[in-house]
Amino acid sequence: MAAVATCGTCTGSPGSTVAAASKNNVTSFQRRGPRASGSDSGYSRLVSIAGTRPSVRNGQLLVSTGLPALDQLLGGGLAVGTVLLIEEDKYNIYSPLLFKYFLAEGIVNGHTLLVASAKEDPADILQAGPVSSSRFGHYYDLSKRIPQELIEASKWHRFFLPEKISSTFNVEPCSLTHGYKRLLQFIQNIIYEEGFDGSNPQKKQKNILRIGIQSLGSPLWGDDICCTENCDNSHSLTKFLYILRGLLRASLSACIITMPTHLIQNKAIIARVTNLSDIVVGLESFIGSERETNPLYKDYHGLIHIRQIPRLNNLICDVSDVKDLAFKLKRKLFTIEWVQDNYLRQERNIYPPGFSYLLKQKDSAWGEGSLQHSTFLMSFLAKATAFASRLVRHSEPLRQTGSGRIRQAAGPRLWHDGRRREAPGLLVIPP
Amino acid sequence: MFSELSNLLNTSPDKVEQGKLTLLCDVKTDGSFLVHHFLSFYLKAHCKVCFVALTQSFSHYNIVGQKLGVSLTIARERGQLVFLEGLKSAMDIFFRPQEEPHPLQFLREASAGNLQPLYEFVQDALKPVANGEAAWRCPVLLVDDLSVLLSLGVGAVAVLDFIHYCRATVCWEWKGNIVALVHDSGDTEDEENDILLNGLSHQSHLILRAEGLATGFCKDVHGQLSVLWRRPLQPTSQRDQSLTYQYKIQDKNVSFFAKGMSPAVL
Repeated sequence: MAAVATCGTCTGSPGSTVAAASKNNVTSFQRRGPRASGSDSGYSRLVSIAGTRPSVRNGQLLVSTGLPALDQLLGGGLAVGTVLLIEEDKYNIYSPLLFKYFLAEGIVNGHTLLVASAKEDPADILQAGPVSSSRFGHYYDLSKRIPQELIEASKWHRFFLPEKISSTFNVEPCSLTHGYKRLLQFIQNIIYEEGFDGSNPQKKQKNILRIGIQSLGSPLWGDDICCTENCDNSHSLTKFLYILRGLLRASLSACIITMPTHLIQNKAIIARVTNLSDIVVGLESFIGSERETNPLYKDYHGLIHIRQIPRLNNLICDVSDVKDLAFKLKRKLFTIEWVQDNYLRQERNIYPPGFSYLLKQKDSAWGEGSLQHSTFLMSFLAKATAFASRLVRHSEPLRQTGSGRIRQAAGPRLWHDGRRREAPGLLVIPP
Repeated sequence: MFSELSNLLNTSPDKVEQGKLTLLCDVKTDGSFLVHHFLSFYLKAHCKVCFVALTQSFSHYNIVGQKLGVSLTIARERGQLVFLEGLKSAMDIFFRPQEEPHPLQFLREASAGNLQPLYEFVQDALKPVANGEAAWRCPVLLVDDLSVLLSLGVGAVAVLDFIHYCRATVCWEWKGNIVALVHDSGDTEDEENDILLNGLSHQSHLILRAEGLATGFCKDVHGQLSVLWRRPLQPTSQRDQSLTYQYKIQDKNVSFFAKGMSPAVL
């Protein structure tokens, strides 16, 4: 019952720290339905921290990445105690945006921030963050900067590597690169002192620590994995991630890391880094790539790959069915949309509409040319032609398929639509 | 414990094979469901289990274990389970550099390479007690996963040595079992990992290999599992046999079916 009581106080209190919070619900989490009045006490206990919500599937406490579209792809959000790894795009244009979204969401919810960088001053990173626009509720406006007073009101810690190593440079023999060691000690200090670990109970309101680490693994961190394939301290980065994982798992914190994986020379390290992170999201921008001129991608700025989704407290993970995703940077907003991949598009020219989607639904283990594949294709064609000829006999008006937008062509309801009103593209009926 | 998998492997908690090394391996997918299977299987079979858990926290394994019908907390209290939580130990070792010995003390050293403390830990945990007040069946060592050791700077040969020592003690001397998970690096050319995987494949009795589908993501089939038995050659029985099944992971269970025979297709 104490849990319920704390919840009652917390719903009002964050307004004092965040001016915007009192006006409207600024978190990017939105409740779909109306709130159930008689929610159980376990639920309210989890909700008691501002800007968090429990996962539907495993009860894990989630925080938002700041981008509702990304939250949805990651199974509702980023679980507290986990690492989100962003693989930077080639020119590092779009990955800082995700980084800033994550931090801005923290500022708006009154979370404590920890910004670590070896390149930019953390204060500059924070100031360049997008501002929550009142017009869109929980959407952030990229064209505006976060107001200075909001940053001053929020609680945040800076870790700027050049400041930390210039003072004393006594290198003791350690398996970790000096910069990583310093950062780990810094994070541990803050988690311990401000009571983000459960071991010494916080006196005041429970809060979330959001950790952001920029361009980890780059040469500026003193790591040489980007320079040579076989370096002496190639285990430094993986070791850092392992200890960081231990720290996060034992505390109320969530971490975002951007990493220039395309610079890492040894591909084995990337695989190990992926295994030691929880969620891995890759950004692939079209700038300088041949895809830039591809008409299929003309509406987008790059592709976003969800490489790994964690299985937390569960055998299964929240994998979204949508796999081919592209992002677009609008003037005020970073958007993620579904785009049909090239393979499906090519397939559409060979097979009747809807077939490739149906095949994917059935069993992707059927390879092309296998017995099941050809049998299924034949039965599909037989059914479709029989159906079409019946339509012709009854001289129903037909609409030709295949000419529409790509996005419509393989939509999830196509099979039903296809049956109802579309003849397979084999027949041309004069009006 | 997934009863379907037990049936496929022709085992049950009542009849546990002894002295076996089982290698779990995953390629482009997550094979952790196999670890959960063997953990709950051996706990249900009343074996004494030493679990070296390097990837996840205790609560994770405990919650999944509860879904599969075992409680790790109770097992630990009864002394059936000895749990080494790698993530927690790594923190303790790194931030409190006292020089007391620890199973994972290689983390402290600049040039890591010695897993002897870990072996001694396993030895202590699984040593058969003379006064059998709580008579557990056979000792079992479970490791999730060995690839993490490589990431932490231990060489592949050191890990192989560790497994070799454990085999000699646990499998041969005490007639127990070892189950270990290794990620297959696939096409990333992780040489160390390949050495480890090949070395272990050469000496294990049973290899379970979970693979993602080559054709990509599918909602109803999460991957395929190949089972490879390596038995001593007997004239009556068949030679090494290998079987492949496809599987779908559900909330509390994993269903297995023959290739291309997913219920969604039929």
